[in-house]
Amino acid sequence: MATQHSRSAARIMMAPAVILLLGWMLIPLTMTLVFSFKKYLPMRGGDLGWVGFENYVRFVTSSAFWPAVGTTLVIVGGVLVITVVFGVLLAMLLDQPMWGQGIVRLLVIAPFFVMPTVSALVWKNMFMDPVNGLLAHLWKFFGAQPVEWLSDASMTSIIMIVSWQWLPFATLILLTAIQSLDSEQLEAAEMDGAKPLSRFGYIILPHLARAITIVVLIQTIFLLSIFAEIFVTTQGSFGTRTLTYLIFQRVLESQNVGLGSAGGVYAIILANIVAIFLMRIVGKNLDA
Amino acid sequence: MARAVTTQRKTINTIFAWAVGLLIFFPILWTILTSFKTEATAIADPPVFLFFDWTLENYAVVQERSNYMRFLWNSVIIAGGSTILGVIIAVPAAWSMAFVPSKRTKDILLWMLSTKMLPAVGVLYPIYLLFIKLGILDTRVGLVVVMMLINLPIIVWMLYTYFKEIPGEILEAARMDGASLREEIIHVLTPMAVPGIASTILLNFILAWNEAFWTLNLTAAKAAPLTAFIASYSSPEGLFYAKLSAASVMAIAPILVMGWFSQKQLVRGLTFGAVK
Amino acid sequence: MKLKNALVAVSALVSVAATAAYAETLTIATVNNGDMIRMQGLTDDFTEKTGHEVEWVTLEENVLRQRVTQDIATQGGQFDIMTIGMYEAPIWASNDWLVALDDLSEDYDADDILPAMRDGLSYEGTLYAAPFYGESSMIMYRTDLMEAAGLEMPDAPTWDFVKEAAIAMTDKDNEIYGVCLRGKAGWGENMAFLTAMSNSFGARWFDEDWNAQFDSEAWANTLTFYLDLMEQAGPPGASTNGFNENLALFQQGKCGMWIDATVAASFVTNPDDSTVADKVDFALAPDMGKGPRGNWLWAWALAIPAGTEKEGAAKEFIEWATSKEYIELVAENEGWANVPPGARTSLYENENYKDIPFAQMTLDSINSANPLQPTVDPVPYQGVQFVAIPEFAGIGTQVGQEFSAALAGQQTAEEALEKAQALTTDEMEAAGY
Repeated sequence: MATQHSRSAARIMMAPAVILLLGWMLIPLTMTLVFSFKKYLPMRGGDLGWVGFENYVRFVTSSAFWPAVGTTLVIVGGVLVITVVFGVLLAMLLDQPMWGQGIVRLLVIAPFFVMPTVSALVWKNMFMDPVNGLLAHLWKFFGAQPVEWLSDASMTSIIMIVSWQWLPFATLILLTAIQSLDSEQLEAAEMDGAKPLSRFGYIILPHLARAITIVVLIQTIFLLSIFAEIFVTTQGSFGTRTLTYLIFQRVLESQNVGLGSAGGVYAIILANIVAIFLMRIVGKNLDA
Repeated sequence: MARAVTTQRKTINTIFAWAVGLLIFFPILWTILTSFKTEATAIADPPVFLFFDWTLENYAVVQERSNYMRFLWNSVIIAGGSTILGVIIAVPAAWSMAFVPSKRTKDILLWMLSTKMLPAVGVLYPIYLLFIKLGILDTRVGLVVVMMLINLPIIVWMLYTYFKEIPGEILEAARMDGASLREEIIHVLTPMAVPGIASTILLNFILAWNEAFWTLNLTAAKAAPLTAFIASYSSPEGLFYAKLSAASVMAIAPILVMGWFSQKQLVRGLTFGAVK
Repeated sequence: MKLKNALVAVSALVSVAATAAYAETLTIATVNNGDMIRMQGLTDDFTEKTGHEVEWVTLEENVLRQRVTQDIATQGGQFDIMTIGMYEAPIWASNDWLVALDDLSEDYDADDILPAMRDGLSYEGTLYAAPFYGESSMIMYRTDLMEAAGLEMPDAPTWDFVKEAAIAMTDKDNEIYGVCLRGKAGWGENMAFLTAMSNSFGARWFDEDWNAQFDSEAWANTLTFYLDLMEQAGPPGASTNGFNENLALFQQGKCGMWIDATVAASFVTNPDDSTVADKVDFALAPDMGKGPRGNWLWAWALAIPAGTEKEGAAKEFIEWATSKEYIELVAENEGWANVPPGARTSLYENENYKDIPFAQMTLDSINSANPLQPTVDPVPYQGVQFVAIPEFAGIGTQVGQEFSAALAGQQTAEEALEKAQALTTDEMEAAGY
């Protein structure tokens, strides 16, 4: 269908977006690459010359590196599992006939509008504080010893906070997908005597597969770089130091730009590994 | 066709859904309530829920201490400007990807998304130096451009998925009638894609509004948006729950209200091609 | 007639332009502490006197530090005045990043600045940042709880007494904890406290050849004592408590003793915020009989980044904000208890200020800290609760995270010290020591 003419027109129309993003990617990336091969200490006079792969070796052999990669993957994975599982359940619930559906939907999507900084502050101070937090009061009410959330259950806490922020997004996309499900098909299955569980397994879940992969893809992109939630709550203590946070510590706390830049390159590599992995799955769906 | 359900089932659904909805909304509700308490009431043990002396004092204190309207205005300009600019650049790109696909279209699309994975912290130094060179530190223009670039991949992708759902025959027909490419886009495509574009704009407005790394690190006094406003309340000395709550409510209220009002538009288009 | 009008208009415009060129707008980055926020409220007084306008960038401490360091290291030029601490001042000055404050006016009376503050904010004898307020640390304790425990606090207690008293005051069923100490990770949080404490135990960060000393017995004693004290008499969740969290706990009457910044004294004795305002007294930070006490020395100070075009106006602001007149202005508006403390000798000679219950103890604490010789054994660095080298912020925070994890019970003191030793050695090597 496409003529030669429209093809070249298409190329021109795509150009601004492609060129801008290429610049946005290449300029900082090149500068990061250059820094990563230098001893660059702003507090000690800045550029102190080339050092080859020293920064790369140092970054990866630091005892903090592999735990940071692990933490990153656990947070991303944990949030994905929680938001997808609860997102599906919530979407199915919201799809049921009920009174005040609109208002319930407003309540459910509200966390998505909250700035990450604000949500982290609110959770940290007003809920997870072991003395004055609401959860501590709840625990005490039931006669239990309040949990020291941000130190004893630090990863759980962070996954909880981030999941709370992203659950609405997953729910909305999944809800739209469920609503597009042919209700006659479901009714037919119901009449044939299919149990709710098998209706869910054989009809609803396959129908949602595409929506789920998209939720996973989009969320992963955002979750790999979460920062504010950790900066506000634990500052990377108690095993919550992600790769992003480790780079932050190298660049801004230790003021070692060369080392941090090498970390940045590793983070890009990790992101791309995850991306390729994801694209494999999602790519199939995009073809259709 | 709506499925027929018994009143009993509907009642159970309603109770259950409301319970879940309120649970999810509760942190926000609690923040709003706390913002109307005195500092002493805010940490009362046991916590008080509704029956306390409501006060506006915290809002007065926050307003007195910082010029809220300026932060708000910067947030509106940065989020709005970057979204509009992004859509203007993304519509033609998404159009050509959707209607004149080539072998590389999918690769380009996925590559665009992958640029979003660049860890912001890792490139802060280069970008900061670049901004100094260009003299756009602490300017709204600089932030509009950065936020646009950050969200551009998402905008392109969302628009691409909507455009793809538009049947090609309609465009063919328009072309037969002698419509030029421009007319085709403006008069045929855009009206059909309005729900999608609206939802794209809303989503990206929200994302840009809430972005807290670049907006904080590339601004000082002049272009600082609400994310910087909140950074001055995160842990002041002494009891601060009520003031923190008031500042939090002021930071999220505009976007929350906007989001709620435009909820239908947002939801209708928020599919990312998940529905076929 | 018309011509005359036009001329009047033009000359009016010219004179407006002339004053506008003179009146600058200063961008000032500052921390969101109570004294700074009070200063913001009084900015009109400065504008009235000088014609200069001020735009405030108020940020939480961690964010502020990140922003100003980033900006100064890249010569970003975003701020005309930065609020910095005693840690940054000598390091930045040695990089020629700050304007020397050696030509302040006669009226300003720079010699009136407390000697300890002056030393800490100078580099090679020249002042580079003017102290807005200064602090040390001391013990704040509840007189009623101390009495109920049948003990009497000496003016200069030992760590052993503090431990005995803390355990005696603790009543966990009623949420009374004998001692509240910083546990939140960060070089300016738990490490400020622990480094100062370690000085009194005879420990040091580095020996004279910059070798990390966490494998020393003195550090083992420090950390074990701290962990044991906190386990027996500390509040729950102590590993996430910083200054603000402990302040809130103390104000609610949940702490028997609190060893922290002297500036906190005005908050805990303020009946508007504190439920225990009339039951608080003060003592010097504890020691171990080895010489140094476990108190630190800090100042929030105003400095001018080199290269600013508004140096003149910035100096005017600094002279205004750290002057004797400013102190009187605050006293007039908010009372003597709320003036910025710890910066000027004259304040402590002022009759009005002598009645303030914590004034003398604050001064004694500040005077008992020695930034030039903080430890028992000799060290190659300056700074009481920090090491004034650029790498310290990064190292201190990471070591702080290990100690914080030990406080949370996630590792033992030995493990924490071992990791601290390894990572400090590693970082120092990366920096080229």
